[in-house]
Amino acid sequence: MAGKVLEIRAMSASSTPAPGIRSAPVVAKLIDTSACIGCKACEVACQEWNDLPPETTVQIGTYQTMPDTTPSFWNLIKFNEHETDDGAFHWLLRKDQCMHCADPGCLKACPAPGAIVQYNNGIVDFQQDNCIGCGYCIAGCPFNVPKMSRQTKKVYKCTLCVDRVSVGLEPACIKACPTNCLTFGTKEVLLQKAKSRVAQLQTAGFLDAAVYDPPGVSGTGVVSILAFGKNPEAYGLPKDPSVSFAVEIWKGPLKWIGNIAIVGGIIGTFVHYLRFGPKHVPEDDKAKQADAGR
Amino acid sequence: MTTSRRDFLKVTTIGGVAVSILGFDLTSAYAEVREMKIARTTETRSTCPYCAVGCGIIIHTLGDKSANVKPAIVHIEGDADHPTNRGALCSKGITLKQDVVNDRRLTTVKYRAPGSSEWQEKSWDFAIDRIAHLLKQARDEKLVMADAQGHTVNALTSVGVIGGCTDTNEINYLLVKAFRAGLSIIPLEQQARI
Repeated sequence: MAGKVLEIRAMSASSTPAPGIRSAPVVAKLIDTSACIGCKACEVACQEWNDLPPETTVQIGTYQTMPDTTPSFWNLIKFNEHETDDGAFHWLLRKDQCMHCADPGCLKACPAPGAIVQYNNGIVDFQQDNCIGCGYCIAGCPFNVPKMSRQTKKVYKCTLCVDRVSVGLEPACIKACPTNCLTFGTKEVLLQKAKSRVAQLQTAGFLDAAVYDPPGVSGTGVVSILAFGKNPEAYGLPKDPSVSFAVEIWKGPLKWIGNIAIVGGIIGTFVHYLRFGPKHVPEDDKAKQADAGR
Repeated sequence: MTTSRRDFLKVTTIGGVAVSILGFDLTSAYAEVREMKIARTTETRSTCPYCAVGCGIIIHTLGDKSANVKPAIVHIEGDADHPTNRGALCSKGITLKQDVVNDRRLTTVKYRAPGSSEWQEKSWDFAIDRIAHLLKQARDEKLVMADAQGHTVNALTSVGVIGGCTDTNEINYLLVKAFRAGLSIIPLEQQARI
């Protein structure tokens, strides 16, 4: 089983701790949006590597392939058009894909044991075999990434090419990128690279340049460099994403209150039985039951 | 209001299940990483046939070249050791598998006779013979042996030869040797930069 290569750090709907104890370097993708030329090689590399069927393109008035990612199209370059206050036009290209959050909202929301797992290298992966198609992960995701297939009623998204990464290769999109806009490595190394690139952008006049690694989800495995870092909404990214409060409550305290209610209910009933004995049915009720039974 | 024991049991257990929804599941779940689909495929180096950049590619075929294996292409991606692209490919080059594994790919010679609107299937021998005959005919009619001043030029300008982007220096040397030195064809062009 290849799964032995990567141990599991977190698993959906599991009350027992995940089995992994070995450490592994946390991997990440760095997307330097200022270096993207919108060639879409990453889109095609993703389709080719994952053997996904061709998806019909949709013309929405820009060069964008389609409005949004789909169950069989996990990596979409968004062609955002942005005008700054001085009237200058900027094309803010962004790679829309699973962000591989360190604290994944999808995993927290998922009620199916083992349908969403997080490996010790940080990759968040959906196991469609265990998916029950409830769609809670879609609601739990702050980036609107998981998509449900109409045919299979399962949810799909970018796997960060976990099959390649587990044997030591880079993801398919990273390899294809012809402008070095996409880089792959350990998160530690990439964050250093991101820092120096941001400094470079600031010297070049993009004073708001910043790294997008939102703390609301404890950082992401897909880190972006944004030239207009103070305005991530212009790229279609939420300003301060976090796991929804409802999911936190429901999967945190509420789950345990529920569990205590189940166990407490059974124990309480048993104690009540010990104290008061079996239920005494009045004679006229017995007669009624006999009538109903007849 | 009095609560019966039965009602108490119903409310606590069903209510508990409702709030925690499957949260008490102790099924041991495990995950399996997908196997690497090119783990033991045969790797063959080649050059992308599209533009003049000439990116290196690796073609992955089923099996290890054993005598009993009929290879089929399962994946094509960039060659990380190639100096031109170092593994990268463009959106067109990365689709090369579909160029080969494609039911609309032409694998036989198609011939459309002059004035006809129908394509006919022909043999390779037919195609090569016909090209040779027409080339000879054109050369016999149009070869210029000398210009107006009587200088020897031996130029055939009514025929051109186009090479491809995957042609190496050696192939291009042979192209010049065969067509310019051999047949006197002046217009020779190709887009190879490798």
